[in-house]
Amino acid sequence: MSTSNLHIYVMAVPLLTAFFVNLLGRTSKVWIAPLVVGSLAFSSVASLVLMGRVMTSGGFSYTVGNWVPPYGIELVVDHLSALMLVLISVVALFASVSALKSVEQELPGREHLFFTLYLILIAGLMGLVLTADAFNLYVLLEITSITTYGLIAMGKGRAPLASFNYIIMGSIGACFYLLGVGYLYLMTGTLNMAEISQTLPVIGGGAAVATALAFILVGLWIKMAFFPLHGWLPNAYSLAPTGAALIVAPLMTKVSIYLMVRVMFSVFSIDYLFLQNPLVDAVIVWGAAIAIVCASALALAQKDLKRMLTYIIVAEVGYMVGGAWLANSTGMTGALLHIVNDALMTLCLFLAAAAILYRVGSLDFDKLQGIYRKMPITMAAFTIGAFSMIGVPPTAGFFSKWYLILGGIEGGHWEFVVALLFSSLINAVLFFRIIEIGYFHKDGEHHGHETITEAPLQMQAPLLICAVALIVIGLGSGPLVEKIITLAIPVGL
Amino acid sequence: MKLLQERTQKQQIGQSLIIQTAVRQLVPFVQLFGLYVIVHGHYSPGGGFQGGVILGSSFVMLALAFDQSTSMRLMSERANVMLGNAGVLIFTGVAALCAIVGGLFLDYSALDAIIPLGPVEWRSFGIFLVEVGVGLAVMSIMISLFWDLSSAGEMDEGL
Amino acid sequence: MDDLLAVIVAKYNYWIYVILMMIGFYAMIGKRNLVKKLIGMNIFQTAIILMFVSAGVKHGGKIPILNKYEVLKNGIDATQIVNPLPHVLMLTAIVVSVSITGVALAILLRIYREYGTLEEDEILEKLGK
Repeated sequence: MSTSNLHIYVMAVPLLTAFFVNLLGRTSKVWIAPLVVGSLAFSSVASLVLMGRVMTSGGFSYTVGNWVPPYGIELVVDHLSALMLVLISVVALFASVSALKSVEQELPGREHLFFTLYLILIAGLMGLVLTADAFNLYVLLEITSITTYGLIAMGKGRAPLASFNYIIMGSIGACFYLLGVGYLYLMTGTLNMAEISQTLPVIGGGAAVATALAFILVGLWIKMAFFPLHGWLPNAYSLAPTGAALIVAPLMTKVSIYLMVRVMFSVFSIDYLFLQNPLVDAVIVWGAAIAIVCASALALAQKDLKRMLTYIIVAEVGYMVGGAWLANSTGMTGALLHIVNDALMTLCLFLAAAAILYRVGSLDFDKLQGIYRKMPITMAAFTIGAFSMIGVPPTAGFFSKWYLILGGIEGGHWEFVVALLFSSLINAVLFFRIIEIGYFHKDGEHHGHETITEAPLQMQAPLLICAVALIVIGLGSGPLVEKIITLAIPVGL
Repeated sequence: MKLLQERTQKQQIGQSLIIQTAVRQLVPFVQLFGLYVIVHGHYSPGGGFQGGVILGSSFVMLALAFDQSTSMRLMSERANVMLGNAGVLIFTGVAALCAIVGGLFLDYSALDAIIPLGPVEWRSFGIFLVEVGVGLAVMSIMISLFWDLSSAGEMDEGL
Repeated sequence: MDDLLAVIVAKYNYWIYVILMMIGFYAMIGKRNLVKKLIGMNIFQTAIILMFVSAGVKHGGKIPILNKYEVLKNGIDATQIVNPLPHVLMLTAIVVSVSITGVALAILLRIYREYGTLEEDEILEKLGK
């Protein structure tokens, strides 16, 4: 075994385990939990080792099958993709420990099917962050999307309808991306990202390349639910089974944002994006500001905890898209740091929601009265996640917002700064409303006659680790930014 | 789906003797052709996906001409799932095996270390192994898709 | 007018793909039956696949199936043979399209079992009650 294949093992182990889960889980359920947790723990450790290796000796590229690129499919492991690998495997590990419990309650008898799709989803996500070939990206994007459609459709009630809606919109997005790649292939004759970026300046701009950029961007925006293309997200994520929402909500949109950053820098150069088309980034930053404001306002109108959280995800996507298109390195640092922070924050909040759902059975606001007394540890972690969303130091959310606001001021995009502050205020209103209902109201008409105790340890443990991680990463933001993220931003920004 | 099933049973669609005899004679040849297409995939048009679809369509033909329980008697649901999983495991297993033995992922010439045949021969043989895996998986998917959809999920009656 | 006609005739294949794409896109958005939306998605994806495949075709090109010994002796003239690389890549895209159709059909079965109908407005009525 050589360590040059380490990133492949990170991706291949969940993929192989998925089929073992399907085969062995049919016979007895005992096999599922150790297989899932074991494979994800191996992936987490391997990706941390890989991150250490990248930090000491720099990034490297790797072709599958030992064919020289562009004949082979190239994989790239640099600081950004190693960081995303660590993020995906750690988030997946925490989510799966909690999902094992909630899937038992919600989908009895079908756990092996659920976890097969789950592990294939995680393998697909890991492949997405590693690839450096435009068509391979489409295939992996569709692999993750198809497993997500299947996972969401396992819910009850309106879930299949919401999943079908997601299928239609998600396929439009992926087809637009494929169309954009098709235009690039027609112009340059190659599908390897590095080669495309070398051939494009030679050809010069022109309508075809601009159309390709437009199609790729719109396709990725549909996938990441950038307002106003977000219509599928609230229904799909709130009606999904809890275990599915735990892994899909923190990761899918963030990986799509990573893909947008990767396409922006590895395929189209900075020169083309920002200098040759000067109005485009201003329009996109305005669009991001409007997205943040509208999504936060929509979040205010919700009466159910999960739907409120999904609208907050849409607003966070607006932060990151705006930050990426601010055209300065502070903004890009903020956007990349926010990818890491937002995944952890969303995971923390959804873990808390899952624990509450496991015990209480519903997430309407009027059922949440007095919940701080019943489940103190869960709600303490929820409060830390809420503070991070609002942007209170020393939690992680404050530092990424700081970078984003600085980048906005530096670039002169005042509308973005105003939208960020407005959204922080609205988040404060939203979360303090929940804290008030949970803490101060007497537990009045509780229809549940059984006593609501604390959530089981299996669901509490990842929640607590996640909340602690939010504070730790917040305090450690300095070294994180210096050592990893600034090396991931290309020069000249 | 229940309406369609009742209608086909009332009108006896596909239940004629000619169709049943013809299908019974044709199915082995179709399967042989499917195997041929899989094996020739790396050298001429064909390959795992195409051959898998042809293999799957042989069982679908049986389910259409006779009824679904005949088809399910010849390939039970459990065997279908096992074959599908085994197919994907062959594919991913060969790929991972290449990485473990020493080369890069999917670098078949590294398998030379296990059974010495020469790296160039191993490349074409490696593709062949992968195609077999893909063909099995695709066959299983085609069969289970048809069974699920034509019986409205219950796997008892068919069209 | 002559100019426009010359442009259309010269690139008639791209115009066909654009028309197919628009038909598929309209079906996805404008039709109310869920199965028709699914077929529209299929048409849309097929049009994109066709566009990719036509990127490799050359005027008067031959099919890329070669006799091995002749090629080893004489070499290949790449300008006379159709490029097979986009064909192979589009095989993968076709597989993706088939999987999405399969998953969507299975989900449609569940929707039908739950609501008894596959028309979008009837389902929304049932939900609204």
